Amino acid sequence: MQYKAFQPIFSKITRINKATCELQSRRASYDELAIVNGRLAQVVKIMGDQVTLQVFSGTDGIPTNAEVVFTGKAPVLQVSDELCGRFFNAYGDPIDNGPEVVGEERVIGGPSVNPTKRKQPSELLATGIGGIDLNNTLVTGQKIPFFADPEQPYNQIMADVALRAKADRIILGGIGLTNDDYLFYKNVFENAGALDRIVSFINTTEDPSIERLLIPDMALTAAEYFAVDKNEKVLVLLTDLTLYCDALSIVSNNMDQIASKDNMPASLYSDLARHYEKAVQFPDGGSITIIAVTTLSGGDITHAIPDNTGYITEGQLFLRRNTDIGATVVDPFRSLSRLKQLVIGKKTREDHPQVMNASVRLYADAMNAKTKLENGFDLSDYDQRCLEFAKEYAKHLLSIDVNIEIETMLDICWDLFAKYFSIEELSVKKELINTYWKGKKREVKADSKADRSD
Amino acid sequence: MVDTATHAVGKVRGMISNLVIVRAEQPVAQNEICYIHIGDERLLGEVIKVEEQDIFVQCYESTRGLKVGNTVEFTGQMLEVKLGPGMLSKTYDGLQNDLNKLDSLFLKRGQTSDALDPGSSWHFTPTAKEGDSVQAGDWLGEVKENSITHRIMVPFKAVGRFTIKSIVADGSYGLEDTIATLINPEGQELTVTMVQYWPIKRAVKLYSEKVRPFSMLETGIRTVDSLNPIMEGGTGFVPGPFGTGKTVLQHAISKQAAADVVIFAACGERANEIVEVFTEFPKLEDPFTGRKLMERTIIIANTSNMPVAAREASVYTAMTIAEYYRTMGLRVLILADSTSRWAQALREMSNRLEELPGPDAFPMDLTAVIANFYSRAGYTYLRNGQTGSITFLGTVSPSGGNLKEPVTEATKKSARCYYALSQKRADQKRYPAVDPVESYSKYLEYPEVRSYLQEHVSMQWVDHINQTKDILIKGQEVRDQINILGDDGVPLDYHLLFWKAELIDFVILQQDAFDKIDAMTPIDRQRFMLELLLDIYEMDFQLETFEDVANYFKRLINQLKQLNYSPYASPEFKTLLDELKTIIDEKRIM
Repeated sequence: MQYKAFQPIFSKITRINKATCELQSRRASYDELAIVNGRLAQVVKIMGDQVTLQVFSGTDGIPTNAEVVFTGKAPVLQVSDELCGRFFNAYGDPIDNGPEVVGEERVIGGPSVNPTKRKQPSELLATGIGGIDLNNTLVTGQKIPFFADPEQPYNQIMADVALRAKADRIILGGIGLTNDDYLFYKNVFENAGALDRIVSFINTTEDPSIERLLIPDMALTAAEYFAVDKNEKVLVLLTDLTLYCDALSIVSNNMDQIASKDNMPASLYSDLARHYEKAVQFPDGGSITIIAVTTLSGGDITHAIPDNTGYITEGQLFLRRNTDIGATVVDPFRSLSRLKQLVIGKKTREDHPQVMNASVRLYADAMNAKTKLENGFDLSDYDQRCLEFAKEYAKHLLSIDVNIEIETMLDICWDLFAKYFSIEELSVKKELINTYWKGKKREVKADSKADRSD
Repeated sequence: MVDTATHAVGKVRGMISNLVIVRAEQPVAQNEICYIHIGDERLLGEVIKVEEQDIFVQCYESTRGLKVGNTVEFTGQMLEVKLGPGMLSKTYDGLQNDLNKLDSLFLKRGQTSDALDPGSSWHFTPTAKEGDSVQAGDWLGEVKENSITHRIMVPFKAVGRFTIKSIVADGSYGLEDTIATLINPEGQELTVTMVQYWPIKRAVKLYSEKVRPFSMLETGIRTVDSLNPIMEGGTGFVPGPFGTGKTVLQHAISKQAAADVVIFAACGERANEIVEVFTEFPKLEDPFTGRKLMERTIIIANTSNMPVAAREASVYTAMTIAEYYRTMGLRVLILADSTSRWAQALREMSNRLEELPGPDAFPMDLTAVIANFYSRAGYTYLRNGQTGSITFLGTVSPSGGNLKEPVTEATKKSARCYYALSQKRADQKRYPAVDPVESYSKYLEYPEVRSYLQEHVSMQWVDHINQTKDILIKGQEVRDQINILGDDGVPLDYHLLFWKAELIDFVILQQDAFDKIDAMTPIDRQRFMLELLLDIYEMDFQLETFEDVANYFKRLINQLKQLNYSPYASPEFKTLLDELKTIIDEKRIM
């Protein structure tokens, strides 16, 4: 970001705290950028001639006679095809030793799309992961986070999804990434030879935390350029938005705002929605899909961050360790893709909705059986079959290591159904049974226990 | 109200986000609308507080680039909607801009558009005549708007009685043509066009009487109609953690409910949900008139990324438009998703105003604001003896899924029906995830409702509802027993009871919103199914072990679900019913 000093210089700073400083000026406009002793800052409050500036890199070492220059504009990003394959910081400046990007200057955090100009998303976004494609199918133009505890391999999964999904462009917004994770993404993208379709905006833990607040806007401004100007299918990855929210709470705290639940600012919902709602399907074919990461503390989704996120996004993908198979799975109960109804059974095979429901129901029965077992009760024959089914289902379909086509997933389900259950126990529409059932056609008598033999 | 020719002009003194502090020499009024100038853009704002010289204005748009000293022009008006024929099928933002008229892909700040179609003409038929004595809200004539009869009324703002001095003859007239001239005893004349205005925060009370709701609003959703029915002119709310199916339930009700006009207020929710409505409704049929659903629908879209202040306005805009149609003698249904977002918008502003916070930092008057809003719904008798109603159904998004949070608690005090969505049911994919035991409809206690249901559904209907709820409660109790004592630790009867409750759960409560047939169950089919299941409940079966019970009832569930998927009273339905009887007879003890 190149901001020229063309405004007068001010120097009497009257208040300083960790994130903001206050000075007298009558020239400032709301949201505009200023430079305080060479550091970027933004106007967050004006009261008479008192202007409050939020200094992105923190106020340590700022003197009361600092040089303050108002730039007259809100944060901008230079957009052009030159962005591709490059890595930038939160201000949009290159961090990969490459040249400055020359392009059209766009103000970040622009206005929202007119809802009537949107198109209903209807294009499948396959990832090869059973827990996603089978149970929580994604659609282009969707916004969805992974809910994961910090120890789970969410960055690996994000990288897998990014490379497998058929997107024209991938924008990575790294918010508070560790340097190791940053290098991980860089390596994975380079090794896959995919670098030329990827643009990255990175704020690592080594950078000041307030700078993070700019990352989602930067990433989404770039995304809008490719989706609107170039009609491309853009996939935006934001990791980790919990750290973004933490930065928000620091700022609101420093501005003496009354915190609401979990010390988060009262505007948290709007602050998050502003970014997530940039996900869109345009009628001309361009789209922005947002996949984010929200890290949880001990799986607690009632915390204000995952809670508000869940109300904004179109579902959530809940990562959980499955000890039976020793792998991370996408939890079929707490995960949800709200847009899956737009593609399953329509863009995928007709039996997809019912197969999905039946298998999740049987998996739930297995969980009940497990509780019974833990409480020391005898298991019925059905309980035992459910448990066997659940183990195979988790291993072959829910595990995030799986990488197969959706039709294969459905076939695996039918194989497992036939192996462990009778037609009645499935409760699936007759027409589908007629086409896809792989077991015996005869009816199972309620009193015959020998029925599951084969 | 300041309503003189000259209005105040002020200067910006400061701002935090969308709260702008203004100073003006001349008088201003609370809730007066103003325009904040920024370059050649004019941003809409509303006075929300005055403190000595400082006027606090909430700006309905982004204040980026605003400076101290910018001009603010006050209007002398409160926030109003424009009312007239042509509102049906439109998609408005929270401030009633017609979003389809805005051409650009992105919403530009300060952009506005007309709520009606100024050049349109309508075939007007007078129903009143010269010399008639009239007052605000009285019907002068009618035009046809889609399938409804849209009454042209004496402007709601008209004060006192008037005599019709002249009224035009049957024919086609422009929206803004004079269609009648009224005169009051003082000799003041009032010209009437098809267009009028009303401030959104003020209730329209142009009816002779508001009575207790007594007739059922059919929704086609079994867990609502068969267990906790909502009445026409009634209020209800749907709280639920995210992912429990609030939106799917609301969409289903909006598609299927027996209403003349459906207003969909998307308040701080996802834009794609609005897209779904205006993509699908033009293709779907209104089950009652056979016309396209979009013809009876109005969308108020203030999605979560649109300016926060307009969120509050959006629910009031929806309510005011509903009151306008109710005064025409129509049945209006408002669905607001979600009132929590509206409460959050109030909280954001209250926070910026540095008001002392109530519970969870919400403003102290939250309960009063919500109660006041819900009270605008209702079943009314108009002065001409006709009836009109507004049924209001709001969703609540309790933070952390906690049903004790302030918005849920406040709403519980106002709404008469409560549809609690259960995380547990949603996890088990038992949709709609309405908890049958926690939920209630206070209307079932009304004697007038009971006699209505006896007359229109069946004599025993209310008894059947109560019996069904008892079975479900018993089912839960025995399930807990079985979980504690184990399958073998309880008598076989317990298993029977549990599975009979499961049967009702699977066949009545659960409903596939995405299946053409199952999605909507008319009330006569609901009656048939509930009676059938209560019959089965009364039967004794010859079953030896608890596993036999489970297997047998799974067969019954399977058969009854196939029944739900087939068209009512079709040959297929009859075959399935015969098969069911065979399965029953196999084990039934007569």
